[in-house]
Amino acid sequence: MTASEAIAGYGIQMLGVADAELRKLRHDATEMATRAVQPALWLLLFGSVMERVRGLSGASGASYLNFLGPGILAQSVLFVAIFYGINTIWERDAGILNRYLVSPAPRSALVLGKALSSTVRGLSQAVVVYILSLALGIEVSFAPGNLAAVLFFIALGAGLFSTFSVVIACLVRTRERFLGIGQVLTMPIFFASNAIYPIRLMPRWLQIISRLNPLTYEVDALRKFMLRMPGGRLTVTTDLAVLVIALAVLVAIAARLYPRMGE
Amino acid sequence: MTAPDADRRVGGPAIATVALTRRFGDLTAVADVSLTVPYEEIFGLIGSNGAGKSTLIKMLTTLLPPSSGEARVCGFDVRREAAEVRRHIGYVQQLLSADGALTGYENLLLSARLYAIPRHQRAARIAEALEMTELTDAADRLVHHYSGGMIRRLEIAQSMIHHPQVLMMDEPTVGLDPMARRAVHDHVRKLRESLGMTIFITTHDMSEADELCDRIALMHHGRIDIIGTPAALKAEVGPRATLDDVFAHFIGVEIEPGGGYREARRARRSARERRQ
Repeated sequence: MTASEAIAGYGIQMLGVADAELRKLRHDATEMATRAVQPALWLLLFGSVMERVRGLSGASGASYLNFLGPGILAQSVLFVAIFYGINTIWERDAGILNRYLVSPAPRSALVLGKALSSTVRGLSQAVVVYILSLALGIEVSFAPGNLAAVLFFIALGAGLFSTFSVVIACLVRTRERFLGIGQVLTMPIFFASNAIYPIRLMPRWLQIISRLNPLTYEVDALRKFMLRMPGGRLTVTTDLAVLVIALAVLVAIAARLYPRMGE
Repeated sequence: MTAPDADRRVGGPAIATVALTRRFGDLTAVADVSLTVPYEEIFGLIGSNGAGKSTLIKMLTTLLPPSSGEARVCGFDVRREAAEVRRHIGYVQQLLSADGALTGYENLLLSARLYAIPRHQRAARIAEALEMTELTDAADRLVHHYSGGMIRRLEIAQSMIHHPQVLMMDEPTVGLDPMARRAVHDHVRKLRESLGMTIFITTHDMSEADELCDRIALMHHGRIDIIGTPAALKAEVGPRATLDDVFAHFIGVEIEPGGGYREARRARRSARERRQ
């Protein structure tokens, strides 16, 4: 097999896995609809109350909802992605996983294909959050370049956290344990980030954790591109580098752990 | 249909294991198994539940690494050349495991892509697999709505789509009604005849083994000590012996229809009584 054949094969395998997942979503889209509820609650209830709290608004006096919008977008992507791993456990129990594992597809192609499919679920969240944001008067930017960048970072974040979720699933191995751990992990990732309040308001120890948290970089990037008046405190390069490296590390770990689910 | 190219075959047998062993903690699930299966044979591995059949087949399909010993499939080492082994085999597992949330066609499309079948061949391969397993008309229905026998046929279609040299089947007819079972048997024979496939099949159903297999191996407590053609093994036990008698004679226990086993003496007695 030549190198170009191998690369073409890798692409076919990875996209094949992603495509199968999307076809399932198309056959049954109720899942997507129910997931719209959570971001709506955060923006409508939490956002409108916290809007009144001084110190949460930006330095320039910008509205808190502008600050919160990208945070909730990132959060809703996280919440969808972080439970993605339960699919892996379910597929193991149903024997579907072994069908993947006896194929010659490189394990990383399988993991990346799954990650890719979860980005589409993330994108559907974006549509919901954008509609809500408009309704709440958040100053959303619709410049094509900005929209493309938002989609890209959502895809990256969804891929990252769904792969993290697959790693957890491979470690805990049962649905019950996974659901427990999923709950335990979501909240710290969410609260120890800049999603709903600025890092400068945090105690020192929490600031350190937040800076190690990929969600912080995801939110930071979204603040740059989702709003008409760009926010975010870091450079795009930093955000991008942290997210890509985190994804690469997680895919490498998942590709090693994934085959053990077949044993 | 095109047969798997003979020149893709590396010298030597389709399957060869030497002292293959798998332990789980204190339990030795597969102990010191050495066997050879030549190309184009239908080889049956017979044993009761828990005999180690699935563990053995999982090692041959690279799903489970051996604890010690060696196994080669189509000349490739299951540990060091796992990807090559996977390219050359198909696997039908015990569980009905086609994806119910997809249609039959979509399940096949996924398989075709996992085996990196190039786009220009995919449609033809999928059509061939559907036709062979008589699922063409049901191709666009969700697998949720398939019967057990149809799901099994779909899985056979999925596992042959890349024209593997060796097809491994783990208890493929468990839970199927007699009609569906016969269909599976027919497909297995057809795959050997038209594509020249080697079939490695596990079962605890003696009549299935007798009817389908060129040679069989008896597995018990992880060991395989008896291998032969059904006819030769039966002849060794007695003039009118069945494979049940063969199992009871050599292993000392009898396989029950559910795959469990009864104590030896009772089994032998009943075997004797039946012959009288």
